[in-house]
Amino acid sequence: MAHIEMDPQRWKQEVLKKYPKKVAKKREKSIVVHDGAEVLQKIQANVRTIPGIITQRGCTYAGCKGVVLGPTRDIVNLVHGPIGCSFYAWLTRRNQTLPPTPESENFMNYCFSTDMQDSNIVFGGEIKLKQAVREVFEIFKPKSIGIFSTCPVGLIGDDVHAVAREMKEELGINIFGFSCEGYKGVSQSAGHHIANNALMKHVIGLRDEAPKGKYKVNMLGEYNIGGDAFELERIFEKCGLTLISSFSGNSTIEQFERAHMADLNVVMCHRSINYVAEMMEKKFGIPWFKVNFIGAEATAKSLRKIAEYFGDQELIDRVEEVIAEEMVIVKKELEVIYPHTQGKLAMMFVGGSRAHHYQELFTELGMSTIAAGYEFGHRDDYEGRRVIPTIQIDADSRNIEELTIEADETRFNPRITEERKAELESKGCGFNDYEGMMVDMAKGALVIDDLSHYEMEKLIEAYHPDVFCAGIKEKYCVQKMGIPLKQLHSYDYGGPYAGFGGAVNFYKDIDMIVNTSIWKMIKAPWEAEPVIEAEFAV
Amino acid sequence: MLLRHTSDTIIEREALTVNPAKTCQPIGAMYAALGIHGCLPHSHGSQGCCSYHRSALTRHYKEPVMAATSSFTEGSSVFGGQANLLQAVETIFTVYNPDVIAVHTTCLSETIGDDVNQILQKARDENYVPAGKYVIHCNTPSYVGSHVTGYANMVTSMVKYFSAKSATKKDQVNLICGWVEPSDMREIKRIAATMGAKIVLFPDTSDVLDTPMTGKHEFYPKGGVTIPELISTGDSKYTIGLGSFCSEEAATLLENKCKVKFSIQDLPIGLKATDRFLVALSRAAGVKVPDSITEERGRLIDMIADMHKYLYGKRVALWGDPDTLVPLTEFLLTMDMKPVYIVSGTPGKKFEESMKSLLTEKVPEAKYKNGERADMFLLHQWIKQEPVDLLIGNTYGKYIARDENIPFIRMGFPILDRVGHSYFPAVGYTGAMRLLTSILNAILDKEDRECREEKVELTM
Repeated sequence: MAHIEMDPQRWKQEVLKKYPKKVAKKREKSIVVHDGAEVLQKIQANVRTIPGIITQRGCTYAGCKGVVLGPTRDIVNLVHGPIGCSFYAWLTRRNQTLPPTPESENFMNYCFSTDMQDSNIVFGGEIKLKQAVREVFEIFKPKSIGIFSTCPVGLIGDDVHAVAREMKEELGINIFGFSCEGYKGVSQSAGHHIANNALMKHVIGLRDEAPKGKYKVNMLGEYNIGGDAFELERIFEKCGLTLISSFSGNSTIEQFERAHMADLNVVMCHRSINYVAEMMEKKFGIPWFKVNFIGAEATAKSLRKIAEYFGDQELIDRVEEVIAEEMVIVKKELEVIYPHTQGKLAMMFVGGSRAHHYQELFTELGMSTIAAGYEFGHRDDYEGRRVIPTIQIDADSRNIEELTIEADETRFNPRITEERKAELESKGCGFNDYEGMMVDMAKGALVIDDLSHYEMEKLIEAYHPDVFCAGIKEKYCVQKMGIPLKQLHSYDYGGPYAGFGGAVNFYKDIDMIVNTSIWKMIKAPWEAEPVIEAEFAV
Repeated sequence: MLLRHTSDTIIEREALTVNPAKTCQPIGAMYAALGIHGCLPHSHGSQGCCSYHRSALTRHYKEPVMAATSSFTEGSSVFGGQANLLQAVETIFTVYNPDVIAVHTTCLSETIGDDVNQILQKARDENYVPAGKYVIHCNTPSYVGSHVTGYANMVTSMVKYFSAKSATKKDQVNLICGWVEPSDMREIKRIAATMGAKIVLFPDTSDVLDTPMTGKHEFYPKGGVTIPELISTGDSKYTIGLGSFCSEEAATLLENKCKVKFSIQDLPIGLKATDRFLVALSRAAGVKVPDSITEERGRLIDMIADMHKYLYGKRVALWGDPDTLVPLTEFLLTMDMKPVYIVSGTPGKKFEESMKSLLTEKVPEAKYKNGERADMFLLHQWIKQEPVDLLIGNTYGKYIARDENIPFIRMGFPILDRVGHSYFPAVGYTGAMRLLTSILNAILDKEDRECREEKVELTM
C-alpha cells in the first residue's frame, strides 16, 4: 500500500469535520499537532468522554480494583455488586505473582463477589456484604480483605467503610473499603486515586520493622504484567538494591505495611501512583522521583539515577558493572534486529504512562512514534507536572477525595537534606517531577487524548503505521485493516518488557510483528489478477 | 497449586460467590445485538461496563466487537442519563451510521430508574434518529438473572420492536437461536438449507464474529439478521425456539403479537437433541430430512459405537449455561458417560427439572445446582471430594484442570485461551462428532502421557 504522507493539521481538520458541531469543538482541544516549540502546547485531558463516541476508556472500579489492588496476592478482593464487575476483572490483567512457598497465600486466581440481587438493591446490601466478609474469613482465613464498591452500591447508600470497620472489629483482621463506583471520575484514573488514598489510610506504615539490606527502595506504579516485576527484581538484586515494597506487582500486604521504611520511592507509572509518592513524602519524608524501566537505555539511566541518589561509590560502581554486563546482551540482540525495524513507524494509544514509556523502546529499534496519546492520562502526563497548578478542577475531579496529609509525629524523617536535594537536582535528578510525554516527541507528531475509534481508523488510513499499539478492544479492528497491533496492556500474552531482559523480548516481538508473512497473503491469487485464461473461458 | 485455598470441606455459604459460573446481563444483550445486521450495541451506563463486555467478547472471538457507551459520570447518576443517551444517539448516527442502535441498560441506569423507553421516544420525536434508522432497547439489570437473561431480553426486544403481521403469510419458519457460537448458527443454517427449509434465524452472529481478513475493517460485517427479515418473522408459519432460557420469552411474545405458533426445543447439541430439532423443523417447514443428513447421523452413531469403551462410565464435571448444559448432559448420557457434577450460575427452575429427569435414574449420585452460589468453587470442592475423569466448560476450568490433572474440554463462554469454537460447530451431528473427537483426544492424550511405558498402545 502506498505510504501517503498527510499533513497532520489537515488530518485533524478532516477528522473533526465528521463530528457533530459540539462534539468537534470538544475533540478539537484533545488533538494537538506538536509544534516542536520549547513551551509545550496545552492539551485537553482527563475530561468526560462524549457519549456514543466509542472510547478506549474503562471505569473507576477498573482502575482501583483491577489496576492498583489487583496484583497483591494475599488480600482477598471482595467485590460488592452484581456479578459482572468481579467476573470481568478475574485474572484478565495478567498480573503475575510468585508466592515464596506452596503454602503461601495467593488469592489472585480467585474471584470474590457478593453477587447482588434485586432484593439487595431494594432493601440494601450491607447485611449480605457483612455475611460475605464473614464467609471469606471462615473459608479462606486471609490477613486482609478489601471491599470494592460497584455502581449500585453508592446509589443505594450501602456504606462499605462502615461495614469494613465493623467487620475489622469483629474478625480482628485488616479490612478496608473503596468507594470506587464505576461512574466516579471520567476514567480509570479516578480509581487509581481512590486506591492510593485507601492504601495510605489503612495499610502503609502499619509495620515498623526495618528490613535488612542497603539502599532501600520502593518501586511504585509497576504491576508485574507479563513478569515485568520479576525482571526488575532480578536487576535490583544484582545491583545490590533492597526492594522494600512494590506497588503493586508481585506484592503482599506486609510489603505495603512497611513501605515507609524505605529511603526512596521510584515511580514508574506516574498516573496511577503519584498520589502515594506525594503522600509518603509528606508523611514520612521519603523523596520520590520518576524512573522508567521500559527500554534498555532508560533502564540504565534510571539505575544510575538511583545510585546517584544514594551517592555511595560502591553502589555507583556496581550499577555501572551491571549495566555494562547487561548491555552486552542487549546490544548483541539489537544489532541483528535493528536493520529490520529501522525507519518504521509506530503509533501508541494506551494507558497513562505506557504510551510514553514505550516510545523509548521504539527509539532503540530505530522506529519513530508519529502519533501517541493516553487513555486516561491527565495534562501533567502530557505536559509535565509543572502544569498541575494551572489545571482547572472540574466537578468530576472534585468528587474524588484529596487526603490532607501531615508529617507523622514520630516517624517523619527527611531522608536527605535540602542541600543534597538541590545538588542532586542540579545533576538532573528531578525530584517530585515528571516531564510528561510531549517533551520527548518530535515536531509534527500527533498527540491525541482519549482517542475515539473513528480517529483511530482515520489515523491508520492516512499514515499506515508499521505497528499500532493499543489494547484488546482495538486489536482486531486494526489487524483487519492489515496493520499489526501490539497490545501494551497485556503484551499479547508475552513479556516481560521491562528492564534489560524485557527490552530484548520486546525487540524480538516487534521484529516478529514487522516480519509476519501472513499480511502479504491477504489477497487471493484470483483477486490480485484474473486467473481464468482466455482459452478456458466458455 | 493455582487454587491452593480450595479444600474438600464444604462450608455452607449464604452471601459469598467464589469463581462464578455466570456473568451479568448486559454482555448477553450486547452479544445478541451483534446478531442483527448493521447494528451498533449501546451500553447505557458507566464506561467500564461497555469496555469490559467488548474486551470479554473480543478475547473470546479474536474479532472486532464494536459497541458504544453512555459514559455516565457522577452527575448523570444524580440527574439521570437522558442527556447522555440523547448525545450518544446523535454522535453514533453522525459518526458511525448504523441501521439500528440496540440499547441495553446496566445496573447503574436501572438503579437510578432511567426510563429508556421514554428517552428513546424523545430521541425519535426530536429527530435524533434519521429516517429509515432504528433505535431499540431492552432492560438488562445486572442484579437479575445472568448473561443468559440479557441475551434473552435483547432477543425478545427484537420481536417487540420489529416482528409485524401483514396480510400474507410467508412460507418460512422462525428459528430463535439460543446463545451459541457463530459456527453453530452457520451450521444450523446449513442444516436447514440442506433440508430445503426456509428459515429466518435470529439472532445470527455468523459472518459478524468470524469475518475474513480482507485488509479492510468492515464496521458492519455482512452477517446478521436483517431488519426486513426480522419484520417478516410476524408472517412466518411457525417458530422454533432453541433453548428455553434464551428463546421462550421471545417466542411467546411473537405468538401473542403476531399469532405465530411455536415450540421450544433444546439446542441441537448431541444425538437426541439434534434428532428432535430435525423432526421439529421437518414438520414446521413441511420438508423431509434428506438422506445426506441421515448419513451424518449414521457416522456419528458409528463413531460412538467404535469408541464406546473409552467413554463408558467416565465421570464428567460441567459448568456453563442451562441451554447448553441440558442437551450436553443428555449427549454424555447417550454415550454412557456419567455427568456427575453440574453447575450454572444462571437461575431458573427449568434447569433443575431437566437435570432431574435426565439424571435421577441413570446417574443417581449426580450433584447439580444452579443460581446464586452455584459456582466453580463449589464444583471444585465436589471434585476434591470425589474426582472426575473429564471437565467441560469455559476457560476458567483450566485452573482446576491443572491442579487436579483432569482432561479438559473448552466449551461455553468465555473461551479465552484457545481458538476454533467460533469456526467449528458443536451443534448438529457433525458438531457432535467434533465434541466427541475433543473428548476422546483429551482422555486418550492423558492416557498416552501417563500410562506405564509397557502399557503404551499403538492402536486405540
